[in-house]
Amino acid sequence: MAKIIYIEHNGKEHAAEVQNGLTVMEGAVQNDIPGIDADCGGSMSCATCHVYVKEDWYDKLPKKEMGEDDMLDQAYEPNSKSRLSCQIMISDDLDGLRVYMPEKQV
Amino acid sequence: MTKTDVVIIGAGPTGLFCAHQLGIIGLKCEIVDNLDKIGGQCIELYPDKPIYDIPAVPECTGEELTNNLIKQIKPFKFNFHLNDRVQKLKKVNDNWIITTTNRKEFSAPNVVIAGGVGSFEPRKFPTKSAEKFDGTSVLYSIKDKTIFKDKSVAIFGGGDSALDWAIELSNTSKVSLIHRRDEFRGAPASVQKIKELSEKNIINLFTKYSIKDVKGNGSLEEVEIKSEEGESKILKADYVLGFFGLIMQLGPIVEWGLNLDKKAIPVNTENFETNKKGIFAIGDICTYPGKLKLILSGFHEGALAARGCFKYARPNEKYRFEFTTASNTIKDRLGVK
Repeated sequence: MAKIIYIEHNGKEHAAEVQNGLTVMEGAVQNDIPGIDADCGGSMSCATCHVYVKEDWYDKLPKKEMGEDDMLDQAYEPNSKSRLSCQIMISDDLDGLRVYMPEKQV
Repeated sequence: MTKTDVVIIGAGPTGLFCAHQLGIIGLKCEIVDNLDKIGGQCIELYPDKPIYDIPAVPECTGEELTNNLIKQIKPFKFNFHLNDRVQKLKKVNDNWIITTTNRKEFSAPNVVIAGGVGSFEPRKFPTKSAEKFDGTSVLYSIKDKTIFKDKSVAIFGGGDSALDWAIELSNTSKVSLIHRRDEFRGAPASVQKIKELSEKNIINLFTKYSIKDVKGNGSLEEVEIKSEEGESKILKADYVLGFFGLIMQLGPIVEWGLNLDKKAIPVNTENFETNKKGIFAIGDICTYPGKLKLILSGFHEGALAARGCFKYARPNEKYRFEFTTASNTIKDRLGVK
């Protein structure tokens, strides 16, 4: 279980306790947190669950797998701290993780 | 105007299997899809990715699944209207008049929306200023490449479309290729070619840059790009091309007076009808308590929606349940002995 903090583009924060084994994307969707669309349902094929992770957390996350960066190319305003939240698996280590949502998911 | 029993919006697996079920119970349908091919997300997003949760099919790709579904509905000879999108629905007496972008018209008592998460449209630049030039000098697809001859063209993207067009247009235009990182997802041979062209100064390559602004008085003159560190550069450009893949948009569906819950259409679970009589929604686009976005759920929803359609298409007949194994009527419809 980890507490994940989702921050909307306008600064509004949402905290959710998310079970291990789910993804950061699922944590948002199941708790009705706005800003993560996840059109494809988590199959890494749409780039609408894009989040930014600040430096301190970015390096602690499991590394990106093949294909994630390719998909991020298509996200809205990606940068070097972008991740697809459907590819970040929750574990106790992620307790307190803060993810920032882009202005929109297109 | 084509008269039919059902118009299906969306030729993905759910729409295709619903068509099959309509054929089995003796109804006719017309299938409309915005893409230029049959298969929906299975074909557009993951044609080569294996799917492991189709009942009785341990493993198949999106393409194989699509091909089998097409084969399964072949006996019914239904018409597909590809590259077209349903734009308007209007109720006239007991029928819906359905109008498409290509001005085709259908009249049917039933519409089944199997539209996935909407229709696929190109992803656009985030910059507001690009909207002003959208369709004239800011483009997301190429119809006529001769317009770029002897012009400056700035191409954004790192996939095959961006690379292929950069290579192709570099023969006759001054091409800049801009990508947000220094790795490309296009075919290795194309990436190699781009590097060669860049070394020979035939293509201006800018990696780790993205678009900041497009400028021009009347016509487009330049494009400003920025690095993540905030450094910006100005490039001369007559055309700006963006290749960022496709995004799914609900599009005109939101204008049909249907109840919406986020990007989904609430339905009842008895026959998957929406709040509008004769309009059904199945597959990823529908929602109800317990909804699973699985292909197999879409099949179930399509089978029940088909029976729901029967009621309006044959108001004076009673629907009779039959098994395909036992019914001679169904075997006739399938053209088997």
